[in-house]
Amino acid sequence: MVLLAEFNVIKPDFGLFFWTVIIFVSLWFFLGKKAIGPIAKALKEREDSINDALAQADIAREEMKNLRSENEQLLSKAREERSALLKEAKDQASQIVAEAKNKAKEEAGRILANANLEIENQKKQAITEVKNQAGLLAVQVAETVLKKQLSNDQAQIDLAQTLANDIKLN
Amino acid sequence: MTKLYAFHNIPFSVASKLFFFIAFIFFLLPVANFAQDMAHNHQTEAVSEESEGHEKGKEFNMENMIFNHINNSNEFHLFGHVSIPLPCILYSKEDGLTMFMSSKMDHGHKAFNRYVMDEGIIKRLPADFPGGEVNIGHIEHEKVNGEEIAVLHHEGKEYQLEKASSMLAFTSFFDFSITKNVFSMLLAAALLLFIFLSVSKGYKNRGRKAPSGFHNLMEIMINFIIDEVAKPMLGDRYMKYLPFLITNFFFILTCNLMGLIPFFPFSANITGNLAITMGLAIVTFLITNLQGNGNYWKHIFWMPGVPVPMKIFLAPIEFLGIFIKPFSLMIRLFANITAGHIIIMSLVGLIFVFGNVGESIGGATAGAALAVPFTLFMNLIEFVVALIQAFIFTILSASYIGAATEEAHH
Repeated sequence: MVLLAEFNVIKPDFGLFFWTVIIFVSLWFFLGKKAIGPIAKALKEREDSINDALAQADIAREEMKNLRSENEQLLSKAREERSALLKEAKDQASQIVAEAKNKAKEEAGRILANANLEIENQKKQAITEVKNQAGLLAVQVAETVLKKQLSNDQAQIDLAQTLANDIKLN
Repeated sequence: MTKLYAFHNIPFSVASKLFFFIAFIFFLLPVANFAQDMAHNHQTEAVSEESEGHEKGKEFNMENMIFNHINNSNEFHLFGHVSIPLPCILYSKEDGLTMFMSSKMDHGHKAFNRYVMDEGIIKRLPADFPGGEVNIGHIEHEKVNGEEIAVLHHEGKEYQLEKASSMLAFTSFFDFSITKNVFSMLLAAALLLFIFLSVSKGYKNRGRKAPSGFHNLMEIMINFIIDEVAKPMLGDRYMKYLPFLITNFFFILTCNLMGLIPFFPFSANITGNLAITMGLAIVTFLITNLQGNGNYWKHIFWMPGVPVPMKIFLAPIEFLGIFIKPFSLMIRLFANITAGHIIIMSLVGLIFVFGNVGESIGGATAGAALAVPFTLFMNLIEFVVALIQAFIFTILSASYIGAATEEAHH
């Protein structure tokens, strides 16, 4: 009978061992330098960048949240301000109207007073004028009368006598 | 650490392509094995018939077929008498370096400088055999005192062949040939170089964008090694040992998978050879012990935290552990892969046993009907085993290195 072929897998051959170590070690060093190092670095970089991006996204989200609340605050504040402004404007308007009314009243009063004063003045002026005119008239009348009474010498001496009497009395 | 798996959506088209590729291989394997072994079987038949000259020729020797497949050999056997010649590099003290292509041996029908090829393996004839190129007859195998010897009858004289070169046998020569396994390892290394350089270039070109297609598949595996092996076992020292771990994982995985593909230039039982697993385990052994710090050696020779008698008791055990750990790596990988190859070859051999080596078509059909589904099933299991064993070898290496380089906890 044909006997077994030699079962050489359980009999380690030095040559095969030698080649295994040579091939494996050179593959290890070459791949490590040319491929695995750069690949591991690229993977690490990507992982880091993803982590970074996630962290930044978290920060951005937080910021967004803050911004939103801030916005809301601003908005409510603006709303308040608007209503306050409106109220103020209304108040102011009514105040202005009231002021205008008062002013108008005052003015009207003043104008009235002025007018009264003027009227009074005019009146006084007129009266004075009338008085003056009356005086003048009286003087003229007196003149005329005097001219008529003093037309003789006796009358003139009588008068002078009277005037002289008056001066002594004083 | 953030898991980046979410970025690894393999597009459907790639996934389906991969699936069909794997399915194709699995469907092809039994068929190719079938053809190959049928052819090989005829060869052994013919040889045994002409040499022994009686009716035993039709005998099918399954063990022989299996061993021929899983053995390392100096030529790459394809089918029948066709094999790819491989360079033989032999060294002996008397003759120095001898180099020739294995085709010079003419499948064992010629001797050169007393070297002959027996069942695809280079062996040597004793010193009284003439040197140079000599035509020889068939080499016969006999069992003497329970030990198998190979004998050559040449010009009326009987020459007993030396054993094949190995660490266990003291031979007058060493075999540094580019054997089937060395050739396959070189092929695996070339394949890995091509893949890794292209992946590395991809990272350079894409910048920070995620890869797609095959590069994505590679990234999943590389990330798996980083996240599940390197970081848990080595902590923050992982970057230093990452090239070793990744090379280790992918080299073993590629060799395992190449063994599952049944046609040239694959099909060699690479990681199912003790010399190869020994080479890989020795590298781990060297890294562990050369990188081991004081803390590591202290834990071996003077275990802290236990009473003195216990320290003395533990020291030899821990010291043996230094060697047992890589030894277990070596045996585990070898046994798993060899077992897988033997089971698949046995299942395929069933076809020939049932068919009585071509005499009974019905038997062969029945055998095939039985063997093909089982072989398919075994191939799926072997596919998983190939991944698991590469992973286990790597994670254990990482844990040994991690334990050796860990600083003491205070």
